[in-house]
Amino acid sequence: MNQFKENLFDDPDKSNTGVMAVKGSLDTRHGPILYMEDVSVSFDGFKALNKLSLYIDDGELRCLIGPNGAGKTTLMDVITGKTRPDTGSVFFGQTINLLEMDEPAIAQAGICRKFQKPSVFDALTVFENLELALKADKGAWHTLFFRLTGEQRDRIDEVLATIGLTEATQYRAGILSHGQKQWLEIGMLLMQEPKVMLVDEPIAGMTHQEIERTAELLLSLQGKHSIVVVEHDMEFVRSIARKVTVLHEGSVLTEGTMDEVQNDPRVIQVYLGG
Amino acid sequence: MKNNPLPRYCWLLSVLLLVFSITVHADDNQPLVDALNQIKQGSMTDREKAINQLVALKNPRSLVVLQALLAGKLLIIKGEDKLVIAEDVNQEYEVRDAITDAKLGTKNHDAVSKINLTNKLRSDLRKIIGELELNADDPVIRLAAVNAMANEADERLLDLLKLRLNIEKNPAVKEALENILLLQQMDSADKNLRILAIESLKDHDNKDVFNKLKTIVEKDADGHYVETDSDIRNTAELALIEINNRLQLYSAIETVFFGLSLGAVLVLAAIGLAITFGVMGVINMAHGELMMIGAYTTYVMQQIMPNHLGISVLLSIPAAFIISALVGIAIERGIIRFLYGRPLETLLATFGVSLFLQQTVRSIFSPLNRSVATPEWMSGSWQINDFLSLTWNRFYILLFCLMVFFALLQILKHTRLGLEVRAVAQNRRMARAMGIPTARVDALTFGLGSGIAGVAGVALSQITNVGPNLGQSYIVDSFMVVVFGGVGNLLGTLVAGFSLGIANKFLEPFAGAVLAKILVLVFIILFIQKRPRGLFPQKGRAADG
Amino acid sequence: MKLLAFFGNDKTCTAVLLLITAVTFIIPFCNLISPPDSALHFSAYTVSLLGKYMAFALLGLSLDLVWGYAGILVLGQGAFFALGGYAMGMYLMRQIGTRGVYGNAELPDFMVFLNWKELPWYWLGFDNFGFAMLMVLLAPAILAFVFGWLAFRSRVTGVYLSIITQALTYALLLAFFRNEMGFGGNNGLTDFKDILGFNIQSEAVRGVLFMMTGICLISAFLVCRWLVNTKLGRVVTAIRDQESRVRFLGYRVEMFKLWLFVFAAMLAGIAGALYVPQVGIINPSEFSPLNSLEIVIWVAMGGRGTLYGAIVGAVLVNYSKTVLTGLLPEAWLYILGGLFIVVTLLLPDGIVGLLQRKIREQSA
Repeated sequence: MNQFKENLFDDPDKSNTGVMAVKGSLDTRHGPILYMEDVSVSFDGFKALNKLSLYIDDGELRCLIGPNGAGKTTLMDVITGKTRPDTGSVFFGQTINLLEMDEPAIAQAGICRKFQKPSVFDALTVFENLELALKADKGAWHTLFFRLTGEQRDRIDEVLATIGLTEATQYRAGILSHGQKQWLEIGMLLMQEPKVMLVDEPIAGMTHQEIERTAELLLSLQGKHSIVVVEHDMEFVRSIARKVTVLHEGSVLTEGTMDEVQNDPRVIQVYLGG
Repeated sequence: MKNNPLPRYCWLLSVLLLVFSITVHADDNQPLVDALNQIKQGSMTDREKAINQLVALKNPRSLVVLQALLAGKLLIIKGEDKLVIAEDVNQEYEVRDAITDAKLGTKNHDAVSKINLTNKLRSDLRKIIGELELNADDPVIRLAAVNAMANEADERLLDLLKLRLNIEKNPAVKEALENILLLQQMDSADKNLRILAIESLKDHDNKDVFNKLKTIVEKDADGHYVETDSDIRNTAELALIEINNRLQLYSAIETVFFGLSLGAVLVLAAIGLAITFGVMGVINMAHGELMMIGAYTTYVMQQIMPNHLGISVLLSIPAAFIISALVGIAIERGIIRFLYGRPLETLLATFGVSLFLQQTVRSIFSPLNRSVATPEWMSGSWQINDFLSLTWNRFYILLFCLMVFFALLQILKHTRLGLEVRAVAQNRRMARAMGIPTARVDALTFGLGSGIAGVAGVALSQITNVGPNLGQSYIVDSFMVVVFGGVGNLLGTLVAGFSLGIANKFLEPFAGAVLAKILVLVFIILFIQKRPRGLFPQKGRAADG
Repeated sequence: MKLLAFFGNDKTCTAVLLLITAVTFIIPFCNLISPPDSALHFSAYTVSLLGKYMAFALLGLSLDLVWGYAGILVLGQGAFFALGGYAMGMYLMRQIGTRGVYGNAELPDFMVFLNWKELPWYWLGFDNFGFAMLMVLLAPAILAFVFGWLAFRSRVTGVYLSIITQALTYALLLAFFRNEMGFGGNNGLTDFKDILGFNIQSEAVRGVLFMMTGICLISAFLVCRWLVNTKLGRVVTAIRDQESRVRFLGYRVEMFKLWLFVFAAMLAGIAGALYVPQVGIINPSEFSPLNSLEIVIWVAMGGRGTLYGAIVGAVLVNYSKTVLTGLLPEAWLYILGGLFIVVTLLLPDGIVGLLQRKIREQSA
């Protein structure tokens, strides 16, 4: 309520920090940046997540794999505030309780997400898409009188170069190819300068070269950002992952390096059926 | 009468005889003929005797003859010396034989002469007939007789009523008898008897009792109690409190009933919408006009067969279903199928259809409201007691609503179409992949929803006038019901419809009809704040879309 | 020219803007310089008719802002229009003074008729023009704020929102029909005499009102044009296309919608306030859901999400309505109904979209 009022009047000092001032600032001294403990979500009796516990370290690149219905997307929904769990706790750092925040607050706190289906704004240009994602005050009043600074313009150009869309700056996003849209969305993620990036199936629809570049990009980002990647393509996962978590029926089946995971009999059982 | 105890004794005796008689000698007409002959004799004394004889006969024909005599319908045909019972038809008499009830054709007014009665004889006769009716076999006649006597009960009648009470089996008649007797007892000289009477009457739902009790506790112009005995007053006041409590209960029951019947209308209007919206995600703004079509179908059916109101209403149900369903399918095939996945556009296009249909009806039937007659078995009300009566038409609509609802549930649960409809509702693409012809299912679903709208229109025509604006007034309400109940949940629609109906009717006395409506709308808007998906939400990923 | 270029480089748009400007100033000017029987003189009927169209154009513009850009299909935009109209009507009623039928200086006729003894509290202050104008803005704004805050916060969207806005205007319709509400019930407010001390029937005042309407329309158009070209405009467009995605970018979607909704409601209120003195009456029928739906068809017909399309649509549809209700009163609802169907099925981008496509095809 309090937080809502502050945003209502759009005080630029408060709207960004209001949440964090109350809940405390991001505290990762103990290592993990995301804590999920005993999280359960059920839809009409179907347990999408079942007492799932997961910890993501600061700066880590983590891959999540698992068969369909294992709960990968629901897990991301819970972290980003889209779905409220029935039980369990989700913390960002040690002090920020994500369950008390809504999607914009979570996004502003520094957890950003790329969707499974590329979600860019078709009616806007590539540039405008990035401008919207740009880390800035996102209150209505501020947005009305917003003008790009030179610094911010440089930042957009930089990201445009990174995602290889410099040529397409003024194209409407709707006419981009599927792979380009994926890149644009990754670019939008970068514009937000997040602490945690949740990346859902980034390489679907990409060519081989694009896949390689995506892998390079993700690897270059680790350390600065904590990244959680959900992907079905095992080769891609192998190429980027240090640590892999296997989800099955809403909870963690096993964790480890790709080799460990692949040789785990339970994983084989789940993937090949038994 | 008082100075002539003999006839009185005779009456008593005859009544007793009638009461205790088991066999009636209907075939034995001779005594009847004799008695009637005596009536024909000029002298009043003879007539009195003849009347007594008739009563003593225990012949069911006696009552008819006596009633005719009292009503001035017992005539003698001049020259033929024959007693007949006459009905005045077109300035002539249609006459029947007083004994055999055989039709004897018509007679001119001049051709007959009336059998006259003195005033005294007439008032005696009235009582005699009352007594005969009191002991009639048909409880309806008995009850009517008892109620008729309530205001003119004298000592003699009271004795009769007491006798009757001892043997009366029918509870309604019994209660009416008790009422009269106890009401009399309230006027008795014995204080204890009076208190006793009040105590036993307070459980009766009777207007006379209520009024009588009120007079007991009233004050006169000077502020003194009319009733001097304070014990009686106190007892009466306590009794009044009890009755008033019951009155409140009855008014609550009545409100719930009105609410349920309004709810039934809402549910009827909403379930069709719930299907098209829940299953297909299509808001059909022309839904109200499909109801209007149903109502006009009823109107037309009545114009076709004006002499068979009941049958025409019953036939209207399938007719309205078919016509509205066909119109609905035409709308779906012609417009909506091009707009799937664009709900706002669908809303606008169907709104256009609704304007079109309204104007069509205006052009065909005139912009004026048409009234549809209600068949006899649906009019009137069910009088439960003096204070509580429920109108039949609302009762039938409630029943009808439940029937339609459960029929629909059965269709969805147990038919092939129902299975396909549910499959498409849950996962359109999967359903198509499994070979379900989704286009056909869409058209049929829409037809089903529209048909139910038509049927709802038939019900509406029985409680309101039929006009081009009929549908408009229901579309917002029925959508509210669907939203309140939870989209895609028929049971939710039922519960929501009834609760909104009842809430509306409970608010009306305080707030007036318009404000009640506004309050309900505001309530729903606030409710959606708390539960955006209605009372019975669909859960799961599919619902998140 | 530079200014025009800043506000849009679309030729059709510029043409529309220029046309409105011309009409706004030339008609009152002609009436000023030419005698009443001259061919250049526009009749009072024509002036008030055109003034009405421009007020409607402003109303259409307000709807296009919320529907065309933010994707909120409001089926109750007429309610804000009517509220603005009532605020203006209340001021005009208070200006009547003792010239009413009952000659009561304090109470409007209908209150005397209802045996009211004193002015209800919500009528206080309306004898002051400034206060009344403030209410023209605030009454719709407050309603929009409260309603929007409730609706957007609980993420009521799409058809749900549309129907609830329709329910809103329906509820207001019922409420304003009640005599007890103190807004003249069924008959509404009418028989106006003066505005700011000048005779409201006089040609000069009509000319001024007409010009004011034109100026308001042009200014509102320019402000809207500017608005949709800011970052806020782009956020709003993004919300229209993918609401939840915008939320995950950290924007409080409900706030954006709310402010836009409130702003549009205020525009509609202004339109209502300009409409009432020109037609001389405001009554509850302005709240009827059908009126609000007509606004939607203006915008859809003209072409939504273009702003000037709404103006074109409002004028075209209303002109057809004026002509057709005169010629074939029966046919109007058929035509309106047909418009809804044809526009949604065949003209999703409206007339403006069709023209633009034609132009593009020719140049290609």
